[in-house]
Amino acid sequence: MTEVLLVRGALLEGGGAGDLIVEDGVISESGGSLSRTGATVIDADGLIALPGLVDLHTHLREPGYEASETILTGSRAAAAGGYTTVFAMPNTSPVADTAGVVEQELALGEAAGFVTVQPIGAVTVGQKGERLAELGAMADSRARVRVFSDDGFCVWDPLIMRRALEYVKAFDGVIAQHAQDPRLTEGAQLNEGAVSAELGLAGWPAVAEESIIARDVLLAEHVGSRLHVCHLSTAGSVEIIRWAKRRGVDVTAEVTPHHLLLTDELARGYDPHFKVNPPLRREEDVQAVREGLADGTIDIVATDHAPHPTEAKACEWQAAANGMVGLESALRVVQLAMVDTGLLSWADVARVMSRTPARIGRLAGHGTPLKAGEAASLTLLDPAPRRAFSTSDLHGRSVNSPFLGRELPGEVRWTLHAGVSTVADGVVLDAPGVRS
Amino acid sequence: MRHLLDTKTLSRDDAIGILDVAEDMADTQQREVKKLPTLRGKTVVNLFFEDSTRTRISFEAAAKRLSADVINFSAKGSSVSKGESLQDTAQTLQAMGADAVVIRHGASGAPRTLATSGWITAGVVNAGDGTHEHPTQALLDAFTLRKRRYGVDSRGRDLAGVKVTIVGDILHSRVARSNVWLLETLGAEVTLVAPPTLVPQDVSAWPAKIVFDLDEAIAAEPDAVMMLRIQLERMNAAYFPTEREYSRRWGLDARRLAALGPGSMVMHPGPMNRGLEISADAADSPRSTVLDQVTHGVSVRMAVLYLLLAGERGGVPEGRGLPDRGEMPRTMDKEDAR
Repeated sequence: MTEVLLVRGALLEGGGAGDLIVEDGVISESGGSLSRTGATVIDADGLIALPGLVDLHTHLREPGYEASETILTGSRAAAAGGYTTVFAMPNTSPVADTAGVVEQELALGEAAGFVTVQPIGAVTVGQKGERLAELGAMADSRARVRVFSDDGFCVWDPLIMRRALEYVKAFDGVIAQHAQDPRLTEGAQLNEGAVSAELGLAGWPAVAEESIIARDVLLAEHVGSRLHVCHLSTAGSVEIIRWAKRRGVDVTAEVTPHHLLLTDELARGYDPHFKVNPPLRREEDVQAVREGLADGTIDIVATDHAPHPTEAKACEWQAAANGMVGLESALRVVQLAMVDTGLLSWADVARVMSRTPARIGRLAGHGTPLKAGEAASLTLLDPAPRRAFSTSDLHGRSVNSPFLGRELPGEVRWTLHAGVSTVADGVVLDAPGVRS
Repeated sequence: MRHLLDTKTLSRDDAIGILDVAEDMADTQQREVKKLPTLRGKTVVNLFFEDSTRTRISFEAAAKRLSADVINFSAKGSSVSKGESLQDTAQTLQAMGADAVVIRHGASGAPRTLATSGWITAGVVNAGDGTHEHPTQALLDAFTLRKRRYGVDSRGRDLAGVKVTIVGDILHSRVARSNVWLLETLGAEVTLVAPPTLVPQDVSAWPAKIVFDLDEAIAAEPDAVMMLRIQLERMNAAYFPTEREYSRRWGLDARRLAALGPGSMVMHPGPMNRGLEISADAADSPRSTVLDQVTHGVSVRMAVLYLLLAGERGGVPEGRGLPDRGEMPRTMDKEDAR
């Protein structure tokens, strides 16, 4: 049995105020002026209630890279950012390309209890791009894998990509592609353009992303399969997805918070905190991905949360690892880039950060509406505060955020995962449901 | 001057200030006794992560003629080749009491990382970083151009109206980048000549004209043609088909040498590939400033080390025509220059 919570006066998905009663992991009642004897009352006056956020793209580093993150610490970072479900990419060690590894990850997520951890399986054995991993075994495992990705690497061989797209239709799976032509990006360090030319950093051209996306949407159309495009980053990619959707291709696309806000101009100081793959792009690209997210061409926001230890960033740019932590800052960045600019409503945020990612991942019972009978996974956000983002906002094992020192709006006040609080009154709990 | 990391952020006054101090240094090098006591007790570390004998010995000569103690740290065969990080190397040098670090590194931006990381308090001089910048090379080139044009009357002058054509692998050249920015700052007109594969994809912000035809560039009567060393490994990466074709289209051969105007200079940062980007005729002609550049390199590097290190303790040698503290360029650090 868990405690009964009465959420009073929250703005449901940013709309009208309402009350929610949470018990036994579900929303048992919703409406106006609810009361319940013995319930713990959460005064949510002025807070936005969103369905618990769902992140389709994280790197939790366990097994294998526990110096960067573990499933426990990554889960806590997720809860701090308002997430209740995260999908974990398979570039662990060993690679999550077997039923054994994905079931281990699932079990570790359950033991941590902060969020639902849904493993993503590798498309190819060892993410080497040569032969298909046992996708069916991962789908049939207790982890019920539906999303497959070689993220970090592109499934570059067009024949392997075609086969993967076809094969996962057997269990309604989806291939989440990291679109990067390897030959066009050998040694690439930064978006190829005016900034890379000046800084003398090897260019990562937009066309290396766009050409793979163009190929993949045509493949998906040809074989009638479902395709998901990871961390789309260029204006040209938005155009290709828009074109593909008009043709009726079953494609979805994601953008990261950092690509919604930051540009390659930030690389000028050679601070590796701004090194990420795909790289930060131009201002025109930032505007294009914002418009694409606003008009539905881009379906979701996913963090690509990529923790790295300090030494991987305390070095020269070329030697530094790609990647940024993003779970704790994502909602605040989306508020800044999309909500405060009028491009998205809070109901849209619920769609792009919760409902649609759960649907793409075929995860029933997640990203569900805030109404009676649905799972009590939700986030209460205060949109009013504006504070500089700092390491005290970070709750994972790594601190490689590009937003440190940057003023961001909003604050997650409460996160409930299946009825259990993981963030309570602005405090990230040491253990789910345990408030001091 | 706290550091010298690039020419992009070097102001005109600071650049001319360095060149003028280099003139004073050059004067001292005409004397029987070339050594000055100016940096006695200071330690200069040449931290070279890439082999570059020429640049290293130029800095070494400069430091020694100013009486600094010089430590040469070659990363090859050292702890660095066993995986020691830049941070640990830097902190080790700090613990040993380095006053200035002259760094050559294969990664663009490594000198800036060193200067801004907080690992060391020493001044940092960029001696070439990846494909980014090589500021002392551009300064010695500017010094050479100014000297040829104005002779003993060089002090205080910029390069307004001087036409400089730079030929070769612009994409990978730190020499080209540093020259483009510095020559622009000093008022020169820059033309870049290269195979289209060896020009950065977006140079729209560069203050330079881009042409692909060397004969066209020579017909425009440049005051100086600067030939860049072409790395043969570029051929294998499909930037151009063969070295013969490169040499035919972009090499300074006898015919093109003859087509240059009477006052035109032939420059090369060295080491040269004779017969590839530059013919022996051109390299050895009276137009060639290759050895002048080497000589001037020592003077320019003396000036940079002097401005970096002598300021704090006011160690200006008496009666040697060097400026006093008040006339020295205050800073060339990027943060301050902005």
